[in-house]
Amino acid sequence: MAAIFSRFKGRREELIPILQAVQEKFSYLPEEAMQQVARFISVSESRVYGAATFYSQFYFTQRGKHNIKVCCGTACHVKGAKSILEAFERELGVASGGTTEDFKYNLERVACIGSCALAPVVMVDDTVYGHMEARRVTECLKTDPDSKL
Amino acid sequence: MTGGKELFAEIDSPAKLAKISEICRAAFARQKTRFLICAGTGCVAMGSLPVLAEFKRQIAERGLAVDVEMLFEGREAVTAAAGSGCHGFCEKGPLVRVEPQGIFYNKVKAEDVAEILAASLDQNSIVERLLYKNPDGSPCLTVHEVPFYSGQTRNVLERCGLIDPEDIREYFAHDGYQALAKALREYTPEQVIEIVSRSNLRGRGGAGFTTGKKWATCRRAPGDTKYVVCNCDEGDPGAFMDRSVLEADPHAVLEGMAIAAYAVGAERGFLYVRAEYPLAVARLQKAMEQAIKWKVLGENIMGCGFNFYPEIFQGAGAFVCGEETSLLASLEGGRGMPRMKPPFPAEEGLWKRPTVLNNVKTLAKVPKIIDQGADWFAATGTVKSPGTAVFALTGKIKNSGLIEVPMGITLREIVYGIGGGIINDGKFKAVQTGGPSGGCLPEELLELEVDFDSLRSAGSMMGSGGMVVLDEKSCMVDIARYFLEFTVHESCGQCTPCRDGIWQMLHILNDITAGKGRPEDLALLEEMGKSIIAGAICGLGKTAPNPVLSTLRYFRPEYEAHIQDKACPALNCQELIAYQIDPNKCKACGRCRKECPVEAIKGEKKTPHVIEQSKCCKCGICLETCPAKFSAVSKITGKHGDGSLASIDR
Ligand SMILES: Cc1cc2nc3c(=O)[nH]c(=O)nc-3n(C[C@H](O)[C@H](O)[C@H](O)COP(=O)(O)O)c2cc1C
Ligand code: SF4
Ligand code: SF4
Ligand code: SF4
Ligand code: FES
Repeated sequence: MAAIFSRFKGRREELIPILQAVQEKFSYLPEEAMQQVARFISVSESRVYGAATFYSQFYFTQRGKHNIKVCCGTACHVKGAKSILEAFERELGVASGGTTEDFKYNLERVACIGSCALAPVVMVDDTVYGHMEARRVTECLKTDPDSKL
Repeated sequence: MTGGKELFAEIDSPAKLAKISEICRAAFARQKTRFLICAGTGCVAMGSLPVLAEFKRQIAERGLAVDVEMLFEGREAVTAAAGSGCHGFCEKGPLVRVEPQGIFYNKVKAEDVAEILAASLDQNSIVERLLYKNPDGSPCLTVHEVPFYSGQTRNVLERCGLIDPEDIREYFAHDGYQALAKALREYTPEQVIEIVSRSNLRGRGGAGFTTGKKWATCRRAPGDTKYVVCNCDEGDPGAFMDRSVLEADPHAVLEGMAIAAYAVGAERGFLYVRAEYPLAVARLQKAMEQAIKWKVLGENIMGCGFNFYPEIFQGAGAFVCGEETSLLASLEGGRGMPRMKPPFPAEEGLWKRPTVLNNVKTLAKVPKIIDQGADWFAATGTVKSPGTAVFALTGKIKNSGLIEVPMGITLREIVYGIGGGIINDGKFKAVQTGGPSGGCLPEELLELEVDFDSLRSAGSMMGSGGMVVLDEKSCMVDIARYFLEFTVHESCGQCTPCRDGIWQMLHILNDITAGKGRPEDLALLEEMGKSIIAGAICGLGKTAPNPVLSTLRYFRPEYEAHIQDKACPALNCQELIAYQIDPNKCKACGRCRKECPVEAIKGEKKTPHVIEQSKCCKCGICLETCPAKFSAVSKITGKHGDGSLASIDR
């Protein structure tokens, strides 16, 4: 934490960038870390917590190793994103927003990842899969970074 | 290969800038043939990076690699390959352009690189099989012949795809920062505002507020400390215009911001970038560092005594933060809650100081207006909405991608000209503009001339530029429901009409799409929509009912079919459709049975397969897998499986 704080001045308006740095380090926001942030910028803990919960980017529990983002933006929605999302939910056994029990995958629905021309689109970590079909879901999971090893 | 020493000089006067531009132009002109490989998000997803690497490898192998620094030392280069920002036609990626000829290759793979190089460098010919083909099969030799591009007017996107956004010298070679120099040297801040006002530039963030007026208000507002903020939050689902500009031409946005800062009297500026855009952040960061190093931003810009310090702020994932007052609250480090207006940010904004807040495209347009004049800008587009509009054209359209068109173009020209019509030659149903704040326009309005005011009076919005084309397989009730689901999720929850009202409307729509709607629901939706528009604090709530109201206005029979017949005419709403296998067509190949994730399909060799409706989760995989030559699976609507309604084949 000290290393993170050394990059900031301790001003209130730095709250969001600090939380982003903390999350980058731990992959989520541990409660203790948020308490330290509150002290560092001299605001109440509830203010830190209130701001953090406002934004969907922040997580409060341990996250999985790989991120699966199923785009449910308009372009993807009209091309059947829902059935793709359901296929992932079935295949991984978690609801969207959840993490698999082995902490391998996070499944998320997101609004537009900017590749609408390739809709429907899924992103596994940094790899974008365009023109997805429900039946390609298993294939997409097979080519995840871990199974290549 | 020896790299040359990097050319660099502090630009301490506008005259020096002119000299540097000249040197840069001459240096880049020493590259005889240039291959530009799109490295925008869409093309990267289609595999453009291996193509770029292959170009570089083969050029090196031919002993032709000359790095940019050597060009500056006067070396000629036979050829070079560079990654560029988005070319726009993402649908056909990976895209490669050969300049200066303007040859346009689509769907290029790494295996094609040798052939392309041989054609351009050895044979002076063209690889015909990689050219874009018109529907009649005739090839388009250059980019200007491709209908997707020829129907466009590129001003904001002019340099996108033509320059390497990570080298400021390419921007200099394209007259970069000349407009800022001109503003600082020739005009007072008031004159800059006067030019922007006269151009009648209207904000591209959605509402279309007159930019000159906003700047003038901020300039007049009392106080010495003022700010400029660039809204790069682009949260509309289905829109990626701002991102493409930021990634492909970041300096244009920075230059526009600096001009705005000079005009209103600000020294600091913030770019509020959406969390999901890491590449845009990286490009902006790099562009900013280079611009400060060259002294076209930062302290004492070009020796003119004006300072401007831009900073990047990354959002944290909240759609409502695209709304200006909410964005400012978020910049100050808190929850991004909108507040009542007035006072407007131009009077009382960031840390209660007067703040000009503009969209990415608005600011990117500014340098050219200063450079070419207000009349030049006003000559394109319509009288009340001059200039061009950038749209992300997506959905059920053949040519999807990023387009820039003059205001006043008809929807038909966009959909059937540039867009090439509906995929699979399907039937057009509607075009959705303005995202969650906008509405759906039907076929009768295809002749509508698109601008801020015409869209609004048709019950939609310009919005930030998402344009989603819908065909007969898109259910309009579901589209309305989709947007409400989005706004319910994104509402900040501060005021009751938005928090509870939209939620109520969503529930009614959920019921309708599940076949549980009541006839009186439609009037109720309209009434609720109107009161939410009147009562909500911010733009999110005030526009959230638009998708429902516009579909009720133009597509009412579709709502009625859901309510009265329990049918979804578009075969979309899961609870109103069923999948069926036609026993006369099924050849019992067993493919669907193997693929069905819930084992709902029963059948044996040589006996037609049957779907057990109670098990089926309606994933549609059987329809996808049944071979086209059999086409035995179909979707039907109406009372489950009774087959009373016409079934529509794939
Ligand atoms: C819910 C909501 C979301 C918005 N999202 C954006 C956005 O993503 N980008 C944007 O430039 N403007 C957005 N706006 C509009 C801004 O509030 C503001 O009007 C605009 O940025 C002003 O810039 P302009 O005058 O250049 O258009 C949004 C407005 C609302 C109500
Ligand atoms: S209209 Fe909605 S988003 Fe806007 S302030 Fe009210 S509750 Fe928040
Ligand atoms: S729609 Fe899906 S679940 Fe239903 S029968 Fe077909 S494959 Fe099985
Ligand atoms: S895939 Fe088509 S033809 Fe083959 S068993 Fe299924 S329905 Fe019959
Ligand atoms: S809507 Fe899915 S990538 Fe844009």
